[in-house]
Amino acid sequence: MREPILATEQLTKHFGGISAIDGVSLAIENDELCALIGPNGAGKTTFVGLLTGMIRPDDGSIYFRQRKISDLPTHRRAQLGLARSFQITSIFLDMTAVDNVALAIQVHQGHSFRFWRDARADATLRKPAAAVLEQVGLAARADVTAAELSHGEHRQLEIAMAIASAPKMLLLDEPMAGMGPDESQCVLKLLHGLKGRLTIFLIEHDMDVVFALADRIFVMVRGRVIASGTPREIRANEEVRRAYLGDGGPAR
Amino acid sequence: MGALHMRKTREGLVRTVFMVALALVPPIATAAGEPFYVGLVARIMIFGIAAVGLNLILGFGGMVSFGHAAFIGLGAYAAGLAIYHGQTDGFVHLALVVAVSGLAALAIGAVCLRTSGLYFIMITLAFAQFLYFVGVGLKQYGGDDGFTFRGHSAFAAWLDLGNPVTFYYVVWGALAAVLFAVYRIVRSRFGMVLGAIRSNERRIQALGLPTFRYRLVAFVISGIICGVSGALLANLTQFVSPAYMHWTRSGELLVMVIMGGFSSVFGPVVGATLLLLLEETLSSYTEHWQLLLGPILILVVLFAKTGLMSAIEIARLPARQARHA
Repeated sequence: MREPILATEQLTKHFGGISAIDGVSLAIENDELCALIGPNGAGKTTFVGLLTGMIRPDDGSIYFRQRKISDLPTHRRAQLGLARSFQITSIFLDMTAVDNVALAIQVHQGHSFRFWRDARADATLRKPAAAVLEQVGLAARADVTAAELSHGEHRQLEIAMAIASAPKMLLLDEPMAGMGPDESQCVLKLLHGLKGRLTIFLIEHDMDVVFALADRIFVMVRGRVIASGTPREIRANEEVRRAYLGDGGPAR
Repeated sequence: MGALHMRKTREGLVRTVFMVALALVPPIATAAGEPFYVGLVARIMIFGIAAVGLNLILGFGGMVSFGHAAFIGLGAYAAGLAIYHGQTDGFVHLALVVAVSGLAALAIGAVCLRTSGLYFIMITLAFAQFLYFVGVGLKQYGGDDGFTFRGHSAFAAWLDLGNPVTFYYVVWGALAAVLFAVYRIVRSRFGMVLGAIRSNERRIQALGLPTFRYRLVAFVISGIICGVSGALLANLTQFVSPAYMHWTRSGELLVMVIMGGFSSVFGPVVGATLLLLLEETLSSYTEHWQLLLGPILILVVLFAKTGLMSAIEIARLPARQARHA
């Protein structure tokens, strides 16, 4: 069996008396595109928080590229190659699109204790930033302040920032949330282009997107992974249909 | 882009005109037989340096320090005590002031920067008040009343800071140097990171940046700039007292920055000029001059929300662009 790029072992997180994440063990292989689905409140965003280090687990461990990362702070995990996009758009609103991406590249290049040279005249930042914007389809909007971009463009910019740091693995927390159909199509195309070139872990509500993109799907309900498998297997899984896809009898 | 570019050039114009005007003060004041103004404007520029230093963390780093007068005080005490005890070498003073204010900022920042927002404001205030009371407790140096001394920081035989006009141009040069350095810093990689921390700290952490050490370094640079301004202040007044560190002084620094405009490097100099000139003129009419200053500040904040510097910019932009400026 191939070594997984990311694995969790019995990962657990309580909030008060409630188990938000309840002993989750899963493994993702290199260059796979895995999706995590589940109803609202299943613990998906908490799980992403645990992976990125924004939330500390109560129990269990996380391994990334054969290293235990559950005790590392967020920025160390990012330095190891774990990049994320946020469910609620999280960019630098008062900066231009190209400045946003250039910052991601700058952080990836090492420390920023450089006080004198004009960062906006630095070709080692601006050139790759322009290339990434081109890749996500934002080249024409490079010099627009991020606050003035549309919602869909914000998501594109988020993904641009995530891939700008040349990550080993990309965590995408609901990249399609709140998007119109045209914008969704654009991001879908972008994800298709990225698929196979790096490992992607996708948290998504939109079933069409998940079933169209994912190699493997994990289904999370009340903090537990109740099923995993290919889209075909998940579609056929009785327990998933009952618990999540809305088939079968009345809710318990 | 167009609007942005225009803002840059307008700011450059204001800055150039302002600095040239400052450079012309001594000959004009001397010719007019009013040498008093040389000292007044030197004082304005000294506080301008401190305000520019504070604005590095406030406007560009989003850290509202309510205790930066402490660093002015530390710089003033370091230089004042050295002269008082017979050490007049200006380079020794400079090294001493940078070390004292830098180490103090390192220690204070290491604690304060664990907090943010309102807590940060309160804890910086607490540290400054602590240093104020340390100053009051220095009975051998006048305690509450402070102490006077005779002498100046001596850098070279031809550079006599005892001469008011020479001193004036040294302060002018220090202001220009600090402005240039801060201008470079905010546009550097470090400055980009600082702006990103102000804008969205969680995001830049997720990109892989340990933010704390960057905020701390900015805090230390800012503290050192204020320390240097304090040393110049001691040279100007030949007097040092704990009052330099009082919280009302920290408040005045904040007023200078906010009134002048915290979104530009130069804004705080405009703010320092306006506040100290208002203080000077109003206090010549009435001892209750602060009663008049209050309403003026309210008007400035109401009608020029991001300070006078940006009010100048926005007034000159076409209306459509100004909305986004």
